[in-house]
Amino acid sequence: MEKKEHIISILVYNKPDVLARIAGTLGGKGYNIESLSVNTTTQYEISKIVMTSIGNQATISRIENQLQRLVDVISVDDLTNVESVHREMVLIRLDLTDDKKEQIKKAVDDNQWKVIKSNEDYVILEITGDKAQVDLTMARLEPLGIADITRTGLVALELKN
Amino acid sequence: MKLKGSQILLEMLKEEKVDLIFGYPGGAVLDIYDQLYKSKIKHILVRHEQGAVHAADGYARATGRVGVCLVTSGPGATNTVTGIATANMDSIPIVVFTGQVPTTLIGNDAFQESDITGITRPCTKHNFLVRSVEELAATIKEAFHIARSGRPGPVLVDLPKNVMAAETEFDPANIKIRNYDVTHKPVPKKLSQVFELLSHAKKPLLMTGGGVILGRAASELTELARKYQVPVTGTLMGLGSFPGTDPLWLGMLGMHGTYHANMAVSHCDLLIAVGVRFDDRVTGTIETFAPSAHIVQIDIDPSSINRNVVVELPIIGETKATLNDLLHFLAEHIYTPNKVTRNEWLTEIKQWKEKVPQGYCQNGEIIKPQYVIETLHKVTKGDVIVTTEVGQNQMWTAQFFKFDKPNTFITSGGLGTMGYGLPAAIGVKCAFPDKNVVDIAGDGSIQMNIQELATAAQYNIAVKVVLLNNGFLGMVRQWQELFYEKRYSHTDMTYAPDFVKLAEAFGIVGMRITKPADVEKALRDAFAVDKPVLMDFRVSREECVYPMVGPGESLSQMDLGTREMIN
Ligand SMILES: Cc1ncc(C[n+]2csc(CCOP(=O)(O)OP(=O)(O)O)c2C)c(N)n1
Ligand SMILES: [Mg+2]
Repeated sequence: MEKKEHIISILVYNKPDVLARIAGTLGGKGYNIESLSVNTTTQYEISKIVMTSIGNQATISRIENQLQRLVDVISVDDLTNVESVHREMVLIRLDLTDDKKEQIKKAVDDNQWKVIKSNEDYVILEITGDKAQVDLTMARLEPLGIADITRTGLVALELKN
Repeated sequence: MKLKGSQILLEMLKEEKVDLIFGYPGGAVLDIYDQLYKSKIKHILVRHEQGAVHAADGYARATGRVGVCLVTSGPGATNTVTGIATANMDSIPIVVFTGQVPTTLIGNDAFQESDITGITRPCTKHNFLVRSVEELAATIKEAFHIARSGRPGPVLVDLPKNVMAAETEFDPANIKIRNYDVTHKPVPKKLSQVFELLSHAKKPLLMTGGGVILGRAASELTELARKYQVPVTGTLMGLGSFPGTDPLWLGMLGMHGTYHANMAVSHCDLLIAVGVRFDDRVTGTIETFAPSAHIVQIDIDPSSINRNVVVELPIIGETKATLNDLLHFLAEHIYTPNKVTRNEWLTEIKQWKEKVPQGYCQNGEIIKPQYVIETLHKVTKGDVIVTTEVGQNQMWTAQFFKFDKPNTFITSGGLGTMGYGLPAAIGVKCAFPDKNVVDIAGDGSIQMNIQELATAAQYNIAVKVVLLNNGFLGMVRQWQELFYEKRYSHTDMTYAPDFVKLAEAFGIVGMRITKPADVEKALRDAFAVDKPVLMDFRVSREECVYPMVGPGESLSQMDLGTREMIN
């Protein structure tokens, strides 16, 4: 069976150790989490976890079943095969060193990258997009010398339930 | 009404109709023990916390109710882990209350602090740390509900000392817990598929597992098999869910299953598996498991489906309700098995059975372990609840004792925990004081929780230990004999206590039996006294459990051993 990245959206009760339960369940059964994003929903008692994991359909179904067994899990959905939108966000600091300063300023202007903070010494950019878009931007930024970076896990939303 | 946490705990136990707990005190649970002192709830003081959990587990397996234990923080809590993991692997409903240091000290490496919810997260169905007295009552109610609902399992509730001392308003009529949807949803489409499969099958076979016992579905399964003349095999955990003396019963399948059960699985064209999870000890090599069969699997837990064996028709639901639906569907649509093909199939199975009967040779002056088990069946007429330890003793019990009723064979199947049988038997006997309760033990295993003989003696819990003493860690020795050219690395157990003297030292009856001719009388004598008895049967030292499917082999390739009775 074909292996690919699956996006799994999990609604959980917002209990102190719910993330440990999910991570422990998957880790303990030998499944890998590629990316992870957690936050509360409009209801404080309920959180949404979006994770990605690579595997074939059978493996992913097993992951879903294992998660479904957890008492604090409300629902588990594989968003891979339904219409959904995806976003990741990256924060990047580029240091304005003498040799790169001009090149960086030009690239930021040309690409209309979103600057969220800057001064003499550095510029911090915010990049959002789906995985492919973010990867593409990252490739462009690479030659400019990335001083520091934080990338979120993927978040995803179904077009309709 | 304002109550302290410790009082609320006991009130909630009453609400849950708990009349018996197994436990061991300590600093963190002093408040609770002080309440117990004034309470009507019976408390059995074990000698090791592992014993408390196994006893609660045995109680739960025999009664189908939730077993309860109570231990202190730190080492008391960590001592329960093997017991909890044992219950978890076999889906047994128990609630374990552990003491904890005060909430203000949690995380400080306080004296006797352990992160027991962290430690037991992977081996409980769920666990709770109760952070305030206000959430105590609802948490306890939820714990019992989770333990027994759906696929059952162990739940741990960690109780910080200050939460037990704090006070709050308590109103049992007004405790709200989360809504767990457990309503049964019928699946008529799938039932009609089963009907189709059954109608076309020439060689149908039922396979029953622990889920049938836990789901109280033994009578439905039995009706299905008998009404439509479908032969039945079962897993270790399924023993007792179909009468072991019924001609349709083929015995256990798997590594130490009967030859005819394994041949039937390997040749059937329809396998209806109920409440099983296709453990590797059951299937042999997955690729060659039931190679010619359409497989239907009925289970309450979706995660049991397609985990090891890929099944054609999974039906997710309670075993009892689903089998009931199936029985109705088949009756309504007038399913009638084809007499000719069914007789051919039953005859084929009979021929396998005659080729390799389940047997052993009781010759000479040495007691054969299997003979002890058969004699136990004869003496008790099968009316006994049997627990086992782990190893050869366990497999011989599964092979040679004919269990006719559910909840009468109590064994650590999934985890295979040596030391389980004695404390579990104590738990069973507490639930059924008027029943004969026997622990079939090995000399290695019995030493793992031998201290519980003191518990049995103190409360005169009259369990009978049938010790099959071969002076070896027999099952490991067997593997060394078969796969390591008899290099018996660290499996000789001849250095052991004198079990008769040991029994007497604990204040119970000890007996030693060395001749086959004395076996029956010893058993009768043991059941005649209303005291715990340990019978040290000196059995054939290097007997092996046969037949056997070697590791990595198919069920159809059984090693039959070198017994003379193979035809
Ligand atoms: C706690 C634990 N430790 C180790 C094992 C591995 N093990 C399985 S069977 C066995 C031998 C058991 O010996 P004994 O109780 O004498 O039973 P016998 O096989 O001789 O009947 C061992 C060591 C186990 N199952 N459980
Ligand atoms: Mg032994």
